[in-house]
Order: sequence, then structure tokens, then C-alpha cells
Amino acid sequence: MQHIDMNETVISIRDLYKSFGEKHVLEGINLDLHKGENVAVLGRSGTGKSVLIKIIIGLLKPDAGTVKVLGEEVSQLDDVALRALRLKVGFSFQSSALYDSMTVGENLAFPLKRNNREFTPEQIRKTIDIVLDAIGLPETINQLPAELSGGQKKRIGIGRTLILRPEIMLYDEPTAGLDPITSMELNRLINAVKERFNTSSIIITHDLTCAKSVGDKIAVMDDGKFISQGTFDEVFTGNEELIKSFYDYNFIQ
Amino acid sequence: MSSTNDKPDKPIITAKIDGFFLLFYDFSLFVLRFFREAFRPPIEVEEFIHQCYQVGYKSLALVTVTGFITGVVFTEQSRPTLSEFGVTAWLPSLVAIAIVRALAPLIAALICAGKVGSSIGAELASMKVTEQIDAMEVSAINPFRYLVVTRVTATTICLPLLMFYNALVGCMGSYLDVHAHEQTSLISFFDSAFTQVTFLDFSTALIKSVAYGFTIGMVSCYQGFNASQGTMGVGKAANISVVVSMFLIFIEEVIIVHVMNAIR
Ligand SMILES: Nc1ncnc2c1ncn2[C@@H]1O[C@H](COP(=O)(O)OP(=O)(O)OP(=O)(O)O)[C@@H](O)[C@H]1O
Ligand SMILES: [Mg+2]
Repeated sequence: MQHIDMNETVISIRDLYKSFGEKHVLEGINLDLHKGENVAVLGRSGTGKSVLIKIIIGLLKPDAGTVKVLGEEVSQLDDVALRALRLKVGFSFQSSALYDSMTVGENLAFPLKRNNREFTPEQIRKTIDIVLDAIGLPETINQLPAELSGGQKKRIGIGRTLILRPEIMLYDEPTAGLDPITSMELNRLINAVKERFNTSSIIITHDLTCAKSVGDKIAVMDDGKFISQGTFDEVFTGNEELIKSFYDYNFIQ
Repeated sequence: MSSTNDKPDKPIITAKIDGFFLLFYDFSLFVLRFFREAFRPPIEVEEFIHQCYQVGYKSLALVTVTGFITGVVFTEQSRPTLSEFGVTAWLPSLVAIAIVRALAPLIAALICAGKVGSSIGAELASMKVTEQIDAMEVSAINPFRYLVVTRVTATTICLPLLMFYNALVGCMGSYLDVHAHEQTSLISFFDSAFTQVTFLDFSTALIKSVAYGFTIGMVSCYQGFNASQGTMGVGKAANISVVVSMFLIFIEEVIIVHVMNAIR
């Protein structure tokens, strides 16, 4: 098990607010991610989890509050600095967002080539093989995204972010819409990524099993705020209401 | 905590007119960004060549057919009037002037607006709504340079080529028709055709088609890049790309013709 360094904070969020028109989505978010730690953010659909991590990576701008990633305040960075920071932060989309005109191999090569101009074709090929091997899908290299299953797409999406060797991983609903067995495999993949690539991660999910198996810490989000943070046991023991609402939700699914 | 919102709550004139100016402003920024990004390395050569293939090569068949038909039809329709005055010998030069000055630039541009504009608009819009453009952003790639610069450069370069090709095919169509009726030889047809067409006519045609190509690329990329969420946005972006491109092409036509006539 990787050591969590409580002295080094890689992401620090303070008093974050975000609205879309009249709709208040985030209302005072505070969160710290330490080096080597996996934080699972739990919350129901529509509470603003995706909005939160899109603000972390700078795809959306916050209305108020600060987000510091590796010591830099994201909303203050110019294009060049933001791109430099994004090299260190991997983002796996809820929708996978694979480039559908490219094969799996090309999807992985795309960010790699453009961020490592000095790489030879052999080096690129080798790096792709390593990543495909790590996510367990070496045979899909020449397939198009349309020919893959949902779970495979999620893995390739994760692989495409891993290829840049990020220090931080942000996963948006890695197990949403997948069967329990595939979900377990993805949980295992997330843990393996942490071990093998030494990442610190935020995992957005509404799946209790996923949160329990990948999260060193759980943060529960409701109505744009964190209502509870701590280890899985700390958050869920003695909080019947909360756990019940999530289990009901997971059963209905 | 109140939200900070860019849009003023009360419209300054009316909501619609305000919206038009905001859109115009936003589009101008988009065009400026093109000029800022286009001349900086690295250049996406591979994607640029691919786009030239898409824009240029894939429009060839359509441009050939329409160019040919324009030449033939224009010749046939002009012949009765000219023969009334006994000057059918003027046919080649009349056709050449009409094609170079007006028909070829417009026809090539309208065909490209329909074929290329809609496909660029739809392609970028679907990338936008499926978060593929965001995915480039987060992997530290500049999607504007990869998607917009390559496409706009390709349409700007390919449209003049298509236009000249269209003009040539149109003249060939006209020649075949003239040859069938008046037994003119190829050499003497082109000899008399281009006596009246000046260098200024060619330059005007070139300027026009560069402007039209740029317009088609810019408008469709803008529509695609700013497509609203959902699959509805894809069809809408494709549709608006074509309509707005064609509209702007006609406006530019009027402006360029007037400016060039003033120079003449
Ligand atoms: N670009 C946007 N424009 C307007 N509203 C938005 C936008 N993005 C998100 N929202 C709103 O913000 C709210 C939170 O959205 P978000 O996608 O973060 O939910 P979520 O917690 O990720 O839900 P899910 O589990 O279903 O993915 C939603 O109500 C949505 O309507
Ligand atoms: Mg979400």
C-alpha cells in the first residue's frame, strides 16, 4: 500500500461556488487531496460532481473560491501555464469522450505525440503497448471506439489519460452504467493505477461499492456542499439516513 | 452568495438585437484567435492535408458536373440573342467573362458551403457535444489549432483551386457546345474566349474565392465549436453553417464587386 503523505496537499479547494444562471450548483465546497490519497466523492445525480471536477481541471470557471492544484491556482493561469498543469493531471470523462474517428491506438497516440514531439514512432508504439497492457486491453489497439463496449471505452479513456503519466487522476463516474463484475474490474484498475503510477486521485461516483473499494477517504456531496467527510466507516457508521438513501439508490439502479 | 453572470439582466436595446451584437462580437474574437494561432508552430501538417483532401478532392465530382452544366447551359441560352445580331462569334468571350467574373466564384463557393460547411459544422458539433473537444483540452492539446486552424486553412486554399477548376470545366462545356454548333476549333475558341478577360478579372475571382473559402471555414468551425449540448445541436450547427455561409458569401460578392469596379 502506498504511503499517504498528510503534509503534502496536491489539490486544495476552498469555499467554491458555481451557478448556471439562477441554478446554484456548488455552494461552498472545501476539500483537500493529499499526496498518495484516493478520495471518493459520493453524491446523487445532479448534485454537481461533474461540475466540481471540471472546475478543478479548468474546463469551467468558478464564480467564487479558490482551487489550488499542485500549488497553482487554476483560474489564474494563462493558456500556457494551464496546459503545463494539465500534463500532470489526468481526467477521465463520464462519457469516455474517445475520438470516434480514430482507432484505440490513435486515441492513445494523439496526446502522446503532441506532448512529446521528440518521441520516435517506436517509443510511441512501446508506450501505447505498456498502457494497453496496464488497462488489460492490448487486443483492441486497431479497433474503433464504436466497436467497443461501455466498460472497454471507460478503460481506454483512463488509458488515454495515463499515457501522459499524470501525478493526479480525476475519474468521473468510472463505474456508472456498468454491471457489477465490470465495475469491480474497474475498481481494481483504479487501485492498480494508484500502485503502479503513484497517483493521487479524486473518484466521482454514486456507487457505494466503488467508493468503499477505491476510496481512502469518502466525501459525501448533497445540494452543492459536502455533508460528511472521512473514512468509509467514519462517514457511514451511525448515519442510517445517509447510508439508507444510497443503498436504496443503488438497489433501484 | 449571488452568482456573477456575464449577461446583463436588462437588454440594452431589445434582447434580439443585443444577442446579434454579442454573437457578432464573439465571432470576431473567434476570427482574431485564428490569426493569433495560425502562424505559430507546431503546425498540424497531417490533419491539414487530410482536410485538403476532404474539402478539395471530395468536392471535385460535384464541381465538375456543375461547372460543365453551367458552361453548356449558359452558352445555349446566350446563342439566340447573339445570333439575332449576327455575332455568335462573340459567344466564347461572353461565356468566359460571365464564368470568370461571376459564375465560377459563386458556384464553387455555394457548392462548398453546402457540402463542406455542413460537414465541418456537424463534425465539430458532434465532437463538442460528446466532449471530445474538452478531452483535447484536458490532455494539454490546443483543440483550436488542431481542429479550426487546419480546416479554415484548407477551405481558404482549396476554394480558389476549385474555383479555377470550375471555370476551366465551364469553358470546356461551352467549347463543346460551340464546337457542335459553330465548328470552332479548341485553339480559336480559347483564343477568342480570353481576349476580353483581363488580369484584373482573374485577380478579382481569386480574391473572391479566398474570401469565400475563409468565410465557409470560419463560420462552420464557429458553429461547430459553439454547438449547444445534445444531438439537436449537431443538426442545428450543420444547418446554420450552410445558411450563414451562403448569406455572407452574397454580401461579400456585392462588396468585392463594387470595390473592384471602383479600382478598374
Ligand atoms: N454547462 C452547463 N450549463 C448549465 N447547467 C449545467 C451545466 N453543466 C451542469 N449543469 C447543471 O449543473 C447540475 C449538476 O450537474 P453535474 O453534471 O455536475 O451533475 P452530477 O453530479 O455529475 O450528476 P451525474 O451523477 O448524473 O453525472 C445539473 O443540474 C446541471 O443541470
Ligand atoms: Mg456527472
